[in-house]
Amino acid sequence: MKWDIRKIKEWKFYEHPQGITIPEAGNAHYYPTGSWRSQRPEINWDKCTHCLFCFIYCPDSSIIVKGEKVVGIDLAHCKGCGVCAEECPKQAIEMLKERV
Amino acid sequence: MSKALALTGNGACAFAMRQINPDVVAAYPITPQTTIVEEFSSYVADGLVDTELICVESEHSAMSSCIGASAAGVRVMTATSSQGLALMWEMLYIASGLRLPIVMHNVNRTLSAPINIHCDHSDSMGARDSGWIQIYSENAQEAYDNTIQAVRIAEDPKVRLPVMVLLDGFVISHAIDRVEVIDDEVVKSFIGDFKPIYPLLDWENPVTVGSFDGLYGYFFETKRMQAEVMERAKMVIKKVGNDYGKVSGRSYGFFEAYRLDDAEVGIIVLGSTAGTAKVVVDNLRDKGIPVGLLKLRVFRPFPLVEIVEALNHLKALAVLDRADSIGSFGGPLFTEIRSSLYDLSMRPLVVNYIYGLGGRDIDELQIMKVFSDLQDIQETGQAKKAINYLGVRE
Amino acid sequence: MASLRELAKKKNLLTGGHRLCAGCGASITIRQVLLASNYPLVCGVATGCLEVSTTIYPYTAWRCSYIHTAFESVAATISGVEAAYRALKKKGKIEREMKFIAFGGDGGTYDIGFQALSGALERGHRMLYVCYDNQAYMNTGIQRSGATPLGAWTTTTPAGKVIPGKPNWRKDLTACVVAHNIPYVAQASPSHWKDLVSKVEKALETDGPTFINILAPCPRGWRYPESKTIKMAKLAVDSCFWPLYEVEEGKYKLNYQPKEKKPVVEWLQLQGRFKHLFKPENQAILEKFQANVDKAWENLLALAQKT
Repeated sequence: MKWDIRKIKEWKFYEHPQGITIPEAGNAHYYPTGSWRSQRPEINWDKCTHCLFCFIYCPDSSIIVKGEKVVGIDLAHCKGCGVCAEECPKQAIEMLKERV
Repeated sequence: MSKALALTGNGACAFAMRQINPDVVAAYPITPQTTIVEEFSSYVADGLVDTELICVESEHSAMSSCIGASAAGVRVMTATSSQGLALMWEMLYIASGLRLPIVMHNVNRTLSAPINIHCDHSDSMGARDSGWIQIYSENAQEAYDNTIQAVRIAEDPKVRLPVMVLLDGFVISHAIDRVEVIDDEVVKSFIGDFKPIYPLLDWENPVTVGSFDGLYGYFFETKRMQAEVMERAKMVIKKVGNDYGKVSGRSYGFFEAYRLDDAEVGIIVLGSTAGTAKVVVDNLRDKGIPVGLLKLRVFRPFPLVEIVEALNHLKALAVLDRADSIGSFGGPLFTEIRSSLYDLSMRPLVVNYIYGLGGRDIDELQIMKVFSDLQDIQETGQAKKAINYLGVRE
Repeated sequence: MASLRELAKKKNLLTGGHRLCAGCGASITIRQVLLASNYPLVCGVATGCLEVSTTIYPYTAWRCSYIHTAFESVAATISGVEAAYRALKKKGKIEREMKFIAFGGDGGTYDIGFQALSGALERGHRMLYVCYDNQAYMNTGIQRSGATPLGAWTTTTPAGKVIPGKPNWRKDLTACVVAHNIPYVAQASPSHWKDLVSKVEKALETDGPTFINILAPCPRGWRYPESKTIKMAKLAVDSCFWPLYEVEEGKYKLNYQPKEKKPVVEWLQLQGRFKHLFKPENQAILEKFQANVDKAWENLLALAQKT
């Protein structure tokens, strides 16, 4: 985190950037949305062919790809919509009920 | 080196714009502002400026484009009038809320209906709460001088607010006047370079401009900050007015106090009417009557302390408003002036004259009438009528 | 044309942590658009779901420069940014090639922002305008827009006892934009990501204004389970309700012709907003809907053949 906002709720009016411009690009990355989830995608690695359809269709940029291969799900951000499971041509993703 | 030219008010504004050489101008024509855009367009067409001119399809888009360009990190200007300013309304608040130093001429014209193209201050007075600095001009010379100062004021790092330079439609905009202009090079060094804080075009440091204050609630803080910088702007306006005096021989403050020091009664006006009022003041002074005038130049930020100091010795004061605030207790200038004087233990009696709506002429006789009313008030110690309409058929 | 493997290596310009709904078609669309770019971008966004959900202060999901001003003003705002860029480029103060994209929903594009869009296209700014069309004012809670199809339930065109949903057909915005004679206009769908990405690539390489209208299904507003977003987009394409085509310098090209044109009811029946149309008394609306789709499709085929 380049822009330290941990104490932002205590900031005085003159401490905010001009026009509440956000000076750090993409810092929503530090904002978790995983708690929205009621179901969680689970990848069956035996079936996965790394076609990356899940990557291109994920609304939350939550498919982690490394070196052309799917390596996991970013559960801090995945909202559990299930689009990846629905679109997987090999049915390699299963939506499991999230533990509460 | 300065030289004198014969220019219309709009011509003087366009001339100043040429010297400022803004990076982007986005504008839309409207009477009586049109000739500013026309003349500036000819400077663009002749290669006398480097400006990217965007001939937008509405004033709403004019201000939207100005906001985009200013946020991108360049110097931006525009001009409008009346319905055009009204159409920009929404964007005026966004320009000031994002703290973008856009400079705009508003050639004062009334608002429809009935449709009317002539001067009053209904348009800019309606925008008085939009967070823009407002500087009014008495004549073409002041419109020119204010334009150049506006750039320095808007872009000062302590301010970063948009500035509206006001001039009266037709009375100033279309009348040819003697205007002393300063050299291009002097203007250039006076305004300096624009240094943006969070430019969108700094691709190595991407920023999000215009974020949404939806859930946590920092909106109030941003407004409080705007109030703070508007207050700070007073210092800057004063300093820029002084500095401008050094390069042009014409210094500026928040207002001009004309034969006011030893006056017993006075009037306060904005814009071109001050010229007519000065003639009346001189005539009455010749007869030994102690009258004076305060011509307010800076309406936003409102120079409260200085105004009170200039007016507190008067016995009676008339505020001339070239705009009505229908349903309110008097015109917008009146309510603010009268309220400013409230804390004084000995304060002048203050009355309001709403005049000149839709370009209705105001002449010496009408202003004489105001002064004679004021003398009555001074003698009797009471004002019969607080709100008066001057020059209307009633 | 980049493969998925190549796209996955690129910097993701819209991070997770935005607050768009689960299964949102707009965020899939925007991700695909952004992945197509090889340049530093300035993106403008009109007021709407995308704007409010991705830039909640102090967080932004945007990794490129971003500006929002108002609802109807994104085309004009990006015009200003692009003009500022030209001004600096002319003076040699900026070297790097940059691109400018305006995003608007259907409300901000078909309706309230239409004038600003038209003006910006006519002036010839070098910008791409992307409309993410979810067929109603979703941000304010599903009100009808100029993009809402015939018969659809929305909160301002409820399926009432007398009036069964929206009485009007939708505006053909893509055709309106084509009439501006700009160098590149296209229609795309996130279900056909390859087609979408190559259209964005093409648009960004074009010298002049470009426009892409993209169908962005909305689980909340269309009333379907959130996992079906891509299915919804695909059925809209396969039923020829949302044909994929492009118009390059006035020349029409159909990018995808379904092997078998599906009846539009196959798309409609999966969406709660059209549920009432399946009552016997509303049979005529369904027929009219199909007739409208057929007519538009035939027109498009003719245009693609003619030009």
